[in-house]
Amino acid sequence: MRFANVLHLGIKELRSLARDPIMLVLIVYAFSFSVYTAATAMKETLHRAPIAIVDEDNSPLAARIAGAFYPPDFLPPEMIKPQELDRRMDIGLDTFALDIPPDFQRDLLAGKKPTIMLSVDATRMTQAFTGNAVIQNIVTGEVNAFLKRYRDVPDTTVNLVTRARFNPTLDNERFLGVMHVIDNVTLLAIILTGAALIREREHGTIEHLLVMPVTPLEIMTSKVWAMGLVVLVACYFAILVIVQGILRVPVEGSMPLFLLGTALHLFATTSLGIFLGTVARSMPQFGLLMLLILLPLQMLSGSTTPRESMPEFVQMIMMGAPNTHFVIIAQAVLFRGADGSVIWPQLLALAAIGTALFLFALARFRKAIVTMA
Amino acid sequence: MSGKSPPPGAGEGPEPIARLRGVGLRYGRTVALDAVDLDIPAGTMTGLIGPDGVGKSSLLALVSGARALQTGTLSVLGGDMASIRHRHEVCPRIAYMPQGLGKNLYATLSVFENIDFFARLFGHDREERLRRIDELTEATGLKPFLDRPAGKLSGGMKQKLGLCCALIHDPDLLILDEPTTGVDPLSRRQFWALIDDIRRGRPGMTVVVATAYMEEAERFDWLVALDAGAVLATGTPEGIRERTGTKTLEAAFIALLPEEKRAAHSPVVMPPRPEGAGDAIAIEARGLTRRFGDFTAVNDVSLSITRGEIFGFLGSNGCGKTTTMKMLTGLLPPSEGEAWLFGHPVEADDMATRRRVGYMSQAFSLYTELTVRQNLDLHARLFRVPAAETPARVAEMLERFDLAEFADALPDSLPLGHRQRLSLAVAMVHKPEMLILDEPTSGVDPVARDGFWRILGELSRRDGVTIFVSTHFMNEAERCDRISLMHAGTVLVTDTPEAIVERRNARDLEAAFIAYLEEASGEEPAAGEVPAVPLQETAGATAAAQRRFDLRRLASYARRERLELRRDPVRLMLAVLGSVILMFVMGYGITLDVEDLTFAVLDRDDTTLSRDYALNISGSRYFIEKPPLASHADLDRRMRAGEIALAVEIPPNFARDVARGKSVEVAVWIDGAMPQRAETVKGYVEGMHGTWLLAKAREMGRGAAAEPAITINTRYRYNPDVESLVAMVPAVIPILLLMIPAMLTALSVVREKELGSITNFYVTPTTRLEFLLGKQLPYVALGFGSFLLLAFFAVTVFGVPVKGSFLALAAGALLYIGAATALGLLVSAFMKSQIAAIFGTAVITMIPAVQFSGMINPVSSLSGAGRVIGEVFPASHFILIARGTFSKALGFADLAQPFLFLILTVPVLLALAAAALTKQER
Repeated sequence: MRFANVLHLGIKELRSLARDPIMLVLIVYAFSFSVYTAATAMKETLHRAPIAIVDEDNSPLAARIAGAFYPPDFLPPEMIKPQELDRRMDIGLDTFALDIPPDFQRDLLAGKKPTIMLSVDATRMTQAFTGNAVIQNIVTGEVNAFLKRYRDVPDTTVNLVTRARFNPTLDNERFLGVMHVIDNVTLLAIILTGAALIREREHGTIEHLLVMPVTPLEIMTSKVWAMGLVVLVACYFAILVIVQGILRVPVEGSMPLFLLGTALHLFATTSLGIFLGTVARSMPQFGLLMLLILLPLQMLSGSTTPRESMPEFVQMIMMGAPNTHFVIIAQAVLFRGADGSVIWPQLLALAAIGTALFLFALARFRKAIVTMA
Repeated sequence: MSGKSPPPGAGEGPEPIARLRGVGLRYGRTVALDAVDLDIPAGTMTGLIGPDGVGKSSLLALVSGARALQTGTLSVLGGDMASIRHRHEVCPRIAYMPQGLGKNLYATLSVFENIDFFARLFGHDREERLRRIDELTEATGLKPFLDRPAGKLSGGMKQKLGLCCALIHDPDLLILDEPTTGVDPLSRRQFWALIDDIRRGRPGMTVVVATAYMEEAERFDWLVALDAGAVLATGTPEGIRERTGTKTLEAAFIALLPEEKRAAHSPVVMPPRPEGAGDAIAIEARGLTRRFGDFTAVNDVSLSITRGEIFGFLGSNGCGKTTTMKMLTGLLPPSEGEAWLFGHPVEADDMATRRRVGYMSQAFSLYTELTVRQNLDLHARLFRVPAAETPARVAEMLERFDLAEFADALPDSLPLGHRQRLSLAVAMVHKPEMLILDEPTSGVDPVARDGFWRILGELSRRDGVTIFVSTHFMNEAERCDRISLMHAGTVLVTDTPEAIVERRNARDLEAAFIAYLEEASGEEPAAGEVPAVPLQETAGATAAAQRRFDLRRLASYARRERLELRRDPVRLMLAVLGSVILMFVMGYGITLDVEDLTFAVLDRDDTTLSRDYALNISGSRYFIEKPPLASHADLDRRMRAGEIALAVEIPPNFARDVARGKSVEVAVWIDGAMPQRAETVKGYVEGMHGTWLLAKAREMGRGAAAEPAITINTRYRYNPDVESLVAMVPAVIPILLLMIPAMLTALSVVREKELGSITNFYVTPTTRLEFLLGKQLPYVALGFGSFLLLAFFAVTVFGVPVKGSFLALAAGALLYIGAATALGLLVSAFMKSQIAAIFGTAVITMIPAVQFSGMINPVSSLSGAGRVIGEVFPASHFILIARGTFSKALGFADLAQPFLFLILTVPVLLALAAAALTKQER
């Protein structure tokens, strides 16, 4: 391998990229607007939840409870008749329905411990789960406040103090912003290298390269470093400017350590891009293949939902995917401020996966070149 | 003669078949046709001559109605081609075969299926179709190959098949755009013989042909010479030659060119090779053979080329020229045999030999994103021209190949002739001793071609460079020192051009080549023996062709789409497996369950009570206990490492203080790195804390006071265990049934645009709705199949039963897939390339489906634009149907509203797609 060739071919890749407006727009979009909108799109988990109330009591207390639900957490409650409840929930009009029984206030004051029925449409998981807790708190709060005017309500003696580490307000923006950067690193690494290879094939320049005194290893290495560098720089920019600057998310750990992880991850994913570029015969095929590969890689890596909730076999398989380790590194370093002593197994795994993918892609590339040219 | 005055043919004969007045056409800023006035006489064979890019194809596309008229007036077959009505009426009388070998054919369909598709479009019934296919394939000699896929035919056979498809409906006007480019001379001759026969059978038929081969044009009745979008001259071949005082049409064409273009031109004279130049062998090949599977591309080729020689390789497309050249350059390892360059065996990784060779491929493979200078510079560096010499070398190349003024331009902005010179400059930048040129002149105009050959002559004679060049132009072959004729992978003969002509006693090289080809393929000398093609008019077919909506044409498109899809493994895999794979991924990936959380306790009290508190947590199914924490530092370290998601700290004297009724605080730390997970953990811990308190209060007999004043009885409906899968699976199905069918349908249309077969829609009587529905139906069927598969996996693997009416679910799915595919058709109208269609559809379907359709938050919780999109997007309504039938035990009656919406959506989307689709290329 001659480093001068790798250098010049890589510079050629960068020049080609600089003249490809679609890819440039994609890179800029993926690491700026896309990150920003993804981070700010789902701020609160409970937002304008539809709720209906069946008031069979018609007491001041019932009215007080109904008045406690208002935007932005809830839509203004619909006051409905008991017989409407099932039907409305069936066709998806309400996520929650609160049924205040007759004589509710009287029974409460008589200490009879009346029961309020809360129906939840549990097919809407996110609202259902958090909404239930919020509604319980609101109702209990209103009832206790109402009762306080009549008698003493004892305070509990054992209090629970919860504190969230690394993200005291449990602000979703922090998580979503960084994870979106992570997902886009993978996306672009694969698209840029794969497309660069297929473009050469479609323009017939690959066979040109092959009659020159350059080896497949040099061609592949040049694409890996050039595209990897572009994504690395873009990723650094996104963390620095979008995540830290605009979204004001504090980054806990060492940036160089994170970038080292990113570089290793890019080594693996750009190799994967080359591999897909050799499998696909044309851009359209590449696009279809990418959809089938990228979605699983991203969704099962732990960047959207926690890994430990996935089935055992999925967790096992995903240990072989570079994303999984990269997500662990990113979360550990950027959120928890972990250092090398914590993430070295992941760094090692990434290096191993990257080397394996690179060698595999190279073997495939060497073979495919014959049919390509 | 100027193109402005009406041509002489106009007044004499019958009414011209096509009349152009001031017809202009531009693509963006490029002018393809510049105010052309032309009358094409009826009943003749008219030829359009001129090199690539002068406007021949544009003119033919306009006349055929495939391309929309921009300026001027055009009347064909007695009516205005700008009128939709007239086009629909006359299109059954016009047949159009676009440029490019088999461009309007379907590569994966067999010969029979291809012709059958066109026959169905023109409304022939079964018996008539079989009769016509039989006759046409008999006449063209394709009959033995009825079952062979069009993509596997040779160039000549592809053109014959194209002709069969064009003739299936007895056209009055046959338009052929470069039908013989890239076809070997024998097939070419057979092709023209066939056309002559057909014309004999249908004397009234007018044939308009474009060609880049001047020698072919001699046989036409009437010629139109085009250059730079304007008519140079019209007349009979003899007339044109006489007028210019030249012997050949090629010379006549050059003479007709405007002064500034002609100035650079002088006839190419190849000086003889210097004495004693050539004994050293530059290229030697012995028994080179290359097989691809069971197909032998090159069979036992042996060659020997001496230094400084110009060696020509002559043959048709696909005869093995390129494969042989690739083996000689080491691009392709031979299956058998050996080759030597400069005495060294050719090996793929022999860098030293590569530096002595320059290679220029068919496609002028340049980096279009790099400027002329950057291209030269890159190649110089890769060929290890010493860094100090590089700038001088690049400058020298720019000078020598006359590219200096374009040094900073991008190759795509240059005319073809310049790009060709740049390609050669790039191949020469390291001063190789040998040049291998694979069809370097295809598509370039005669002047530039001659200029190119002058450079080759200079390189060979002055610099002693060995040149190995392949071509399909006979006059270029004549300039070589020696040539090899190649056919079907074997070398027929190798000698000097004169010797070859002499040996065969032939008139010229072409005749000699044909003689060799005939000998090789063992065919009888003339192809003219085929019977004249008797084709009869059928009244029924024309009536059907006039119909505005014809089920048979629709079915023909649907049938063809189905066949094509079945033979495309990648698309088929996506269609069948894609949705299932993604369902598993999303089913497991978008899980909202949180379980198996790790936690550890920092117990500073270590009493029965404190241990009881910890036990309360570890006993739950959500938490797994890790070894206890030793200190705050330990807590910090293990949480940083992501080892524990929750830490509980029980203060000293916990038990004592509780017993005394003193207020105590249990502190918990939650890993907030994943906020959603942290929220859930917090919820769990608070719940368990409450339960523990209540239990302790009861134990201590203080129950009454601690009991809450009311009970809130939560009923999780439809999904009592609040399981993620039950909630997600019915919502994931709509997303998958939207994205993949929409994408495949969009691709099916855009693919035709990209590959060129969309022309068939432009020039046949197919209406927009027939085309769209025909494209849509196979994907609706496929989508429904994938729905059944998804429903099956949902019930069996994911264990989410259909509690309501399955019939309602299936009916809803069918309607919804109809809407999804119609959406794909609508998207396709705005997309030009397949890659854009893939990503465009993915973005257009995924974002609204995931964010605005009630998959996670109900539509009523949205506001602003998202709300509006959610209300009208089909996915929102099918999610209601899917959740209703899967989880809520509903049937048709309960879901009337979403059903009604979907029923309305399908025709609306289809109408929009039809409105956006153009029946002509613009």
